[in-house]
Amino acid sequence: MLITCPYCGPRDLSEFTYQGDGNRTRPAPASQDLDAWNAYVYDRLNPAGDHNEIWQHSGGCRSHLRVVRNTLTHEISSVGFVRGDAHARKPGARK
Amino acid sequence: MASRNTVERLSPLEPVYQPGLHGQSEHGAGVTLCEAKQGSILQLTAWPGEEKRMIAAIRSVARLAVPDGAGGGIVKNGKAAFGIAPGKFTVTAEEEGLAEAFAASLKPAIGTVTDLSHGRTIIRISGEKAEWVLAKLFAIDFSLPAFPIGAGRSTVHHDIFAQIQRTDNDSFDIHVFRSFARAFWKLLCHSSEEVGYEVQ
Ligand SMILES: [Zn+2]
Repeated sequence: MLITCPYCGPRDLSEFTYQGDGNRTRPAPASQDLDAWNAYVYDRLNPAGDHNEIWQHSGGCRSHLRVVRNTLTHEISSVGFVRGDAHARKPGARK
Repeated sequence: MASRNTVERLSPLEPVYQPGLHGQSEHGAGVTLCEAKQGSILQLTAWPGEEKRMIAAIRSVARLAVPDGAGGGIVKNGKAAFGIAPGKFTVTAEEEGLAEAFAASLKPAIGTVTDLSHGRTIIRISGEKAEWVLAKLFAIDFSLPAFPIGAGRSTVHHDIFAQIQRTDNDSFDIHVFRSFARAFWKLLCHSSEEVGYEVQ
């Protein structure tokens, strides 16, 4: 699997580290809303299809990336920087 | 200044650095390996939005016209600069003291200077088979159109992080952590045996 880093270009999967589901919204640090914390820690969409993910190009430019990956085919339809990039959120995003 | 110049930096490669011809070199060496000893090795990091001003600072302090754009770089007069990540640059010079020069003139609002002179080792591979040998170690495209002269690439060989700059048609400088330098050097020597190599 190749991921096309917006800075480095196409690179092998071995250069990247998976940072988890990109749909989660972390509650404010002082939040006492247990349902919100429960959802943040445990709830996952687990879609069979496009999935928002966070990856780090840890063996390259070290940028954190928003990646949309199809969980059935591994096809990657979108990659962008986490910082200042909201485009990759659309498909499969939590309602 | 005086005290810094009286201390000679020791190479981490010293115990395994064996000048001469090695490997299958009956018909000459396919690559030449050496340590590129730079007195100054820096990382410059621009705050978000300050990238262009950092590039301007590199021009004025190091006198290097580093091009804007991912992985862009330049090699000139014993100095080098290249992009390694968004807003981040590696800059080197033969002389010591470049970190002090940047610290004195780079405004804190633009970004930061990190002196890595004692933390990195630069290994130079050159020759007809340099691309071939490197392609065995790193999963990136080393061909000239994909990796032009001066450009830099951040990549990794297993856990050995490497920043690579193409310094000429068939010459590359590989920046590795000093603590990994000896292991990487030995690996590079083994990888070069099939083409024959000369250590200078
Ligand atoms: Zn990258």
